[in-house]
Amino acid sequence: MKIFENSYQEQDAENESFLAKKMQRRNFLTYAGASAAGLALVAAGCKKDKNTFNSGVNLGSGDVGVLNYAYALEQLEAAFYIKVASSFYKNITDDERALFTDIRDHEVSHRELFKAALGNSAIVDLEVDFSSVDFTSRTSVLATSKAFEDLGVSAYNGAGYLLKSADYLTLAGKIVSVEARHAAYIRDLITPGSFAGMDVVDANGLDKSRSPMEVLSIAKTYIKTEINASNLPS
Amino acid sequence: MNFLNILRDIETIDPEITDKISPRRDVIKNMSSFGSKVALSALPFALGSMFSKAYGQTSSSVNDVLNFALTLEYLEAEFYSLALTKPLLLAQIPNATAKSALERIRDDENAHVGFLTNVIKSLGATPVTKPTFDFEAPFPTVFSSYDTFLAVSQALEDTGVRAYKGQAPNLLGNKVVLTAALSIHSVEARHASHIRQMRKATGGSLMNLKPWISLGADGQANDSGVASVDKTYAGEDNVMQGGVNVTTLPGAGTSSTAKKAAVEAYDEPLNKSAVLEIASIFIKS
Repeated sequence: MKIFENSYQEQDAENESFLAKKMQRRNFLTYAGASAAGLALVAAGCKKDKNTFNSGVNLGSGDVGVLNYAYALEQLEAAFYIKVASSFYKNITDDERALFTDIRDHEVSHRELFKAALGNSAIVDLEVDFSSVDFTSRTSVLATSKAFEDLGVSAYNGAGYLLKSADYLTLAGKIVSVEARHAAYIRDLITPGSFAGMDVVDANGLDKSRSPMEVLSIAKTYIKTEINASNLPS
Repeated sequence: MNFLNILRDIETIDPEITDKISPRRDVIKNMSSFGSKVALSALPFALGSMFSKAYGQTSSSVNDVLNFALTLEYLEAEFYSLALTKPLLLAQIPNATAKSALERIRDDENAHVGFLTNVIKSLGATPVTKPTFDFEAPFPTVFSSYDTFLAVSQALEDTGVRAYKGQAPNLLGNKVVLTAALSIHSVEARHASHIRQMRKATGGSLMNLKPWISLGADGQANDSGVASVDKTYAGEDNVMQGGVNVTTLPGAGTSSTAKKAAVEAYDEPLNKSAVLEIASIFIKS
């Protein structure tokens, strides 16, 4: 989020004092909790390139586009947890092993449901890039997992209003709360009690919401396949 | 911030918003002159006012959803606020992390009450008044037994998640209100996940309780181990999603693991009357 506050700030110097203060504090928090994945996210966001997402695999338009967008994110999450569960990080506890296996099963179910719902309109299988993740390291896996889960929550929260179908909105709602349960669990593994930390839940008690462009800008570090989101509703 | 983003996003779809909301830049300038916390709490009010001025009154169904949500938030906020004043209960909280987690949840619920109240007012409607609650009538040991307290807490959070989910279709396409409601919904799910972990930490028969809603003993929908909250979990064992039986999807595994994963991977909505029936046991008047 701070990444986009940053670019917003650049566009709108009049907000400087308010946003700059928030920025500085958040940057500090990010670096204070520095981790491989956290740094990767920051680095990705600090690139000055334009994230236009107007070429590559086309998500499509309308509800199909939004569902393909969710399908892309679920593909990413499922691929990550399949890799995690195929060879768990060192010194994993039985409890963590069982719950990471659960999370993998949930994400695979989400991925397959979107694929089935989309039928012929489903995008191709995306090629992922987890070269920034050390799957043998608990710290690295948890940091990446936290980044994905918090990102997923903000993505569903930010895309809900784009859907025209009440049934699809309900389906998205059924999934996002499970992602939030994952996020809280992973966060508590990293720092007990950080399930609803100030970095994700604001002073009004609201979770983050991000636009598809914001989400894809962050996710693209982990997705090799180019994604065209230019026909998504807004 | 989310709301500044919303404002910016609105500008991209409605370039005339700056003219409709006059003078937007002054509003933001004024906000930046407060401390950030004050500015944040003033934000939804300012934003709501801007929207009602720009686009007229919101529909009564949106206001109904907001007042329904406010009623639930009153319930949750009072539950934690009261609990954290009870010496018998406080003495049983096992450590500082557990206590600060409950304080965090209490603060979030109070923030939701304040936020929804401001939004309802700024949309020109009247917030419902807080009901009189009694938590000890249905659960006599709720404030003297840590285990009972956590069990009720889990049921309230899981109910809250289902309640917001059930109302989402009534806010279809409403960028501001739906996005805000979804952003509360996922926070309730974070709370539910944590409370479930706190219950798990108490051990015994709760050793296998999960952060997500799983299948209960003997395949029942209620995984909480507390039969008196069956209504909170009614229908959570559903495996049909979007017309698809998710236990038959590729990668779903063998029948027993497939059913469990299918139940866990999707939280189910509850309609308003079902939620009010659950909440009514705590409402004295």
